[in-house]
Amino acid sequence: MSTQNRWENDPILEVQHLTMRFGGLVAVNDLTFRAGRGDVTALIGPNGAGKTTVFNCITGFYKPTTGMLQLKHRAGGEWLLERMPDFKIAQKARVARTFQNIRLFSGMTVLENLLVAQHNPLMIASGMTFLGVLGIGGYRAKEKEAIERAKYWLDKTRLMERADDPAGDLPYGAQRRLEIARAMCTEPELLCLDEPAAGLNPRESAELNQLLLGIRETEGTSLLLIEHDMSVVMEISDHVVVLEYGTKISDGTPAEVKSDPKVIAAYLGVDDEEVETVEHQLDVLTGEAN
Amino acid sequence: MAESSKAAAAGPDFGKAAKDALLSGIIAFALFGPLVGLRTAQNMNNELVVLNELGKALLITAIVVAGRFLLSAFVFPAIASRGKKSKAILTPEEVAAASARTRNVSRGALLFLLVYPFLMVLIFGVQGSIKWVDNFGIQILIYVMLGWGLNIVIGLAGLLDLGYVAFYAVGAYSYALLAINFDLSFWILLPLSGILAAFWGMILGFPVLRLRGDYLAIVTLAFGEIIRLVLINWKDFSGGSAGISSIPKVTLFGIKFDASPEGFAKMFDLPMSSAYYKIFLYYLILALALLTAYVTLRLRRLPIGRAWEALREDEVACRSLGINTTNTKLTAFAIGAMFAGFAGSFFAARQGFVSPESFVFMESAVIVAIVVLGGMGSMVGVAIAAVVMIGGTELLRELSFLKVVFGNDFNPDQFRMLIFGLAMVATMIVRPRGFVSARQPTAVLFERKAISGDLVKEGHG
Repeated sequence: MSTQNRWENDPILEVQHLTMRFGGLVAVNDLTFRAGRGDVTALIGPNGAGKTTVFNCITGFYKPTTGMLQLKHRAGGEWLLERMPDFKIAQKARVARTFQNIRLFSGMTVLENLLVAQHNPLMIASGMTFLGVLGIGGYRAKEKEAIERAKYWLDKTRLMERADDPAGDLPYGAQRRLEIARAMCTEPELLCLDEPAAGLNPRESAELNQLLLGIRETEGTSLLLIEHDMSVVMEISDHVVVLEYGTKISDGTPAEVKSDPKVIAAYLGVDDEEVETVEHQLDVLTGEAN
Repeated sequence: MAESSKAAAAGPDFGKAAKDALLSGIIAFALFGPLVGLRTAQNMNNELVVLNELGKALLITAIVVAGRFLLSAFVFPAIASRGKKSKAILTPEEVAAASARTRNVSRGALLFLLVYPFLMVLIFGVQGSIKWVDNFGIQILIYVMLGWGLNIVIGLAGLLDLGYVAFYAVGAYSYALLAINFDLSFWILLPLSGILAAFWGMILGFPVLRLRGDYLAIVTLAFGEIIRLVLINWKDFSGGSAGISSIPKVTLFGIKFDASPEGFAKMFDLPMSSAYYKIFLYYLILALALLTAYVTLRLRRLPIGRAWEALREDEVACRSLGINTTNTKLTAFAIGAMFAGFAGSFFAARQGFVSPESFVFMESAVIVAIVVLGGMGSMVGVAIAAVVMIGGTELLRELSFLKVVFGNDFNPDQFRMLIFGLAMVATMIVRPRGFVSARQPTAVLFERKAISGDLVKEGHG
């Protein structure tokens, strides 16, 4: 592994010895990895490998059994995520996330969804509601700003025409984009995307790649994503971490990971010939033992 | 046979309806013939004899036949065509027309409410207006206010609160006790009662925050009962089930509404009547209800209101966006409770007497029913539901003329709950999401579109 990698030199997120147990089940076992600042880091692995559990630990929805999750801001703030409640992680540590099964506020309009995402700054602007009810203070101006920000993201995600439609009425691909726009409205340092390309057609998938790369380019947001779609992973990620049964089995650039035999065996499947080779090796080993 | 001749006529399928009716008639007669038509009784010699009451059985059968015929011919087709229509997507024009209609209706209603007492005085005279202003106007407005208050908790935040009447009780007893023991004026105690009720809302809020759905409903229900039982049993504090009487009345800038020389009637040289006080109370509760509506409408456009609605839609997503759901739920509880506290202190001042009797679970159930029937989250819907439910039950008291039909033993009051229940079931079948189910967005970029109730979630506690 070369030392020029961003994740070694300037990590935004350091996950150290993360373990998550549910009763007797070990979902994540002693996982250590780093996500580089400004990188697109992909977390891949077969179903049930513990990827979403890692996400839930990072975003505070689960409290990890053991381990440390350290987040460093560009401006220099440092946060220990395992010690913070979920909403504080979003509010203070500025980690935003999307969900595997889309979680929009379906009965609210697209615009309202994006305004809810800016709750905390707007709450302060409304004087914790007290001044806002009386109509005192600069809430109106701040709300206009919030709508401008919402418009910016509506434009980027091509949802401008649907701004006043309920979120639940949008087609699937648009809902995925809206969830990303909503997460970006919180102005995150780290954006965690749980299978953003799931259920998208190839064209939408390519468009999503452009959107994500654009986010990294213009906002400087670091991206951490779980993805099954290998074309997305290989095309946009700078760094890939592979999990299997809650354990890290590979870590490196997409090219490195792609050629890692362990990954091929675990994730992409083992070729028939290779199975024979492995079986042969095992025979030799057992024979030696005997 | 008259029915089959009608079958030839165009429109509803009377032939099929007649067949249905005949079939139900046969079943009904087979059932009620032996059950009602034959009655066993003891005669003078203590012998068991069978009395022939075939007339009654035939009457019941006739009712069943007629009812079934009407259902098959008119009601079922109407429901079926209704179902077809509601499945179709509303065009933007229809939605715009609907929201314009709602706006006009609320403006007209507001104007009507402002002139209502004078209208009643004009129609029924000063003395005759008391019933209409007090029993109808004030009573309905109290429930409108309570409905709007609970609407914040249930309709916006999606937290099913079955113990709302507890905060109403807190407000009422706050005013009663503080006014009697410390001789404070209504105008000081009104906000104070609200604050105390909000405080109790927070106290209830803390333990129930981690509960959802059914569990939340049960705990809030228990809380309502606890408050009532404390009021009954802590006799030194609240006077027990005897309640508190001779609670001071409200004054208008120090002017009392009584027969004293400096009283309202003498001051303006009007004949003595309690109607002026009632009219004054009417405007007071109207102002309080409008305050509730105004604050709620304001709050909906503020981040806290949007957070409430977001909480109702998806709590997990809220937390992922950095919203402190604990505080958000607490504020919903507290603000909802505050308005109940206002209403409670008004209630105590109006009645001049409070007792735990007024704060039974039935009251909570009625308020919840108003919110659900009105359409959760809709101010206009809740107001309509309050008028229908409370005005409807009051109107039933006016049905004593039915005694002519049903005999002197008939008491329409006894059928109140029955009619009430049937009406609610019918409403929920026809309009499952309440009278007004569409949600109005709180922020608009290009064009205001109402959101269909199908997309809006009810919340999960």
